[in-house]
Amino acid sequence: MANNILVVGELDGGAPSTTTLELLGGAQGLAAGGSVSVSLLGTGATAAAGQAAGAAKAYVSDDAAYDTFRGEQWLAAVQEAVTQSGANVVLIGQSVVGRELGPRLASRLGTAAAMDCVSVADAGGALQFTRPAYGGNALATYTIATSPAVATVRAKSFEPASGGGAGETVALPGAGESRVAVLGSEKAESTGLQIQDAAVVISGGRGLGAPEGFQQMEALAAAIGTDKAAVGASRAAVDLGWYPPSQQVGLTGKVVNPDLYIAVAISGASQHMAGCSGSKVIVAINRDKDANIFGFAKYGIVGDWKAVVPALIEELKKLK
Amino acid sequence: MHIVVCAKQIPDPETPPAAFKIDAATNKVIPAAGIAPVLSQFDGIAAEAALRIKEAKGGKVTVISLGAESAQAAIKQVLAMGADEGVLLKDAAFDDGDSYTTAKALAAAIKKLGDVDAVFCGRQAADWDMGQVGLLVAEELGWPVAIIAKGVEATDSGLKIQRVLADGFETVEMPLPAVVTVSNEFGDPRYPKLPQIMAAAKKTVTPWAAADLGLDAGSVGKAGARLQLQKLFIPEKSSKVELIAGDTPQEQAAALVAKLVADKTL
Ligand SMILES: Cc1cc2nc3c(=O)[nH]c(=O)nc-3n(C[C@H](O)[C@H](O)[C@H](O)COP(=O)(O)OP(=O)(O)OC[C@H]3O[C@@H](n4cnc5c(N)ncnc54)[C@H](O)[C@@H]3O)c2cc1C
Ligand SMILES: Cc1cc2nc3c(=O)[nH]c(=O)nc-3n(C[C@H](O)[C@H](O)[C@H](O)COP(=O)(O)OP(=O)(O)OC[C@H]3O[C@@H](n4cnc5c(N)ncnc54)[C@H](O)[C@@H]3O)c2cc1C
Repeated sequence: MANNILVVGELDGGAPSTTTLELLGGAQGLAAGGSVSVSLLGTGATAAAGQAAGAAKAYVSDDAAYDTFRGEQWLAAVQEAVTQSGANVVLIGQSVVGRELGPRLASRLGTAAAMDCVSVADAGGALQFTRPAYGGNALATYTIATSPAVATVRAKSFEPASGGGAGETVALPGAGESRVAVLGSEKAESTGLQIQDAAVVISGGRGLGAPEGFQQMEALAAAIGTDKAAVGASRAAVDLGWYPPSQQVGLTGKVVNPDLYIAVAISGASQHMAGCSGSKVIVAINRDKDANIFGFAKYGIVGDWKAVVPALIEELKKLK
Repeated sequence: MHIVVCAKQIPDPETPPAAFKIDAATNKVIPAAGIAPVLSQFDGIAAEAALRIKEAKGGKVTVISLGAESAQAAIKQVLAMGADEGVLLKDAAFDDGDSYTTAKALAAAIKKLGDVDAVFCGRQAADWDMGQVGLLVAEELGWPVAIIAKGVEATDSGLKIQRVLADGFETVEMPLPAVVTVSNEFGDPRYPKLPQIMAAAKKTVTPWAAADLGLDAGSVGKAGARLQLQKLFIPEKSSKVELIAGDTPQEQAAALVAKLVADKTL
């Protein structure tokens, strides 16, 4: 069936974000003869439309008030884009924007949202939205009978779109009122490479036994190269205050899909794996040979991390 | 200030993966033997946030749950923490609903209470992990909403919320009445003590059915649901782990690095 798809885009440094391009890539595959359009809000939106590969039409507003996400302002604009584009499918990233906009947009349009999807598939009938549930223990596939079907989609679920940008732009109104006022914001002081962008992620868990264990994780990352490797943590370690919340991997933290994920003294709870099971290679270091993490790992070392990690650091240094 | 806490009872999310089973015929989770259902973790944290405001500013906290009779236990837990009243939305008509029908029933109950200033939900129910109900309740009521809070404070004019963002925090303010969803970064909920648990056990929980809320049975539960679950399944694990042998950690480390280099992973 042909689908008219609206991607709710987000800007990153004046260009469509990586996730936006992925959603456009997914939309290209699902449109099946229907249209693909994108909405872009905030400073530089009109210029960014030219880089929105895969979209025929872009609904834009350059109003700087959209630069800070406020749900009510975005809702009004996106609802307008849905109406004008005649979309029967709306795709949004599972981001600060999508988590709020998905359900609210669905409510205002009298329809439903499937949240945090890892796949959207055309199996002939209605589109099938698949998402993890039960802390990652299960996958649930839904259809949505009402139109438009709204879905928020996890990063890296689709290949990014190819081709030129949107040929046509349509102006959306500037930002309206918001009952929620943003008083200020604070960036977490994460220096250097973000865990979502790193080729190698080394995560430490409760089994490190003390916050000092993370110095060893950082030494391991440094031995691989700080331009390639970043350090994450399990929620147990974050809740103990051993490492900042911005570095938490998992269901309620970040989702990472690196080439190599090294889980050190992490048991492999489903909620943790929800954030890293898409990694190309998982290496587990754990002293319990029955730990759940070994069920996901390609390589495992059964042993005390205090002995294994320093040895690993020495070996990696030899590579340089 | 009158705060409503929405609390859901769920299968224990810490159930060991080996005990997690799905009935493929009904697309439902088979309750693990000997593991009691629990109050969804984030809802206990939402209750903690509400109770701290009550302690600072006065007022009252009402806990509402939509669910089966067993959900009384989740309500009693929040009452033991210090909530004043409990309401259980229980009706066969509510069964097999979705986030939308759940929010619709909760919003109708909040309207029926009448004098509510704020609604506190968890950031997501730790079974289906949707993270929709708080937002949908806000839309049903037409109230402003702030999600994924790690700090909530009552001010003279409304609520001041610290929200968790991907790369930091944001402080927002909104007027009452309003909805907040609370995240684990807020901190741990209190543990009720035995006398409070005993006192909560004696409290009566108000039961409301669809008709008490003025809701037509055809508009809630499975009949009103907009999300149709087609299939619930356990994904196959692809990995067969290769345990790295070696007499010493040094040997194991060398063997592992050699494999990663050979795979071109490093
Ligand atoms: C709704 C919900 C959301 C959640 N979200 C997340 C999330 O986003 N991210 C997340 O990580 N968790 C999350 N959790 C928590 C999750 O269920 C687990 O509790 C958590 O991941 C456990 O962390 P851990 O593996 O570090 O600790 P543990 O489970 O305690 O495991 C520690 C491991 O260390 C090993 N160990 C101990 N000492 C050593 C040693 N000397 N050498 C080697 N190994 C050693 C042990 O064998 C054990 O396997 C969530 C839970 C819920 C209910
Ligand atoms: C008895 C019963 C049987 C069900 N059977 C099925 C089924 O077989 N298949 C299926 O797909 N769905 C079923 N559901 C529906 C599914 O559990 C809903 O999706 C759910 O009730 C809505 O919440 P959520 O998990 O989407 O919550 P989220 O949107 O993740 O919840 C966010 C927050 O909203 C509040 N909240 C959510 N639910 C409730 C509640 N019930 N009571 C009070 N507060 C709440 C909490 O504060 C929670 O932290 C059933 C629901 C019930 C009550």
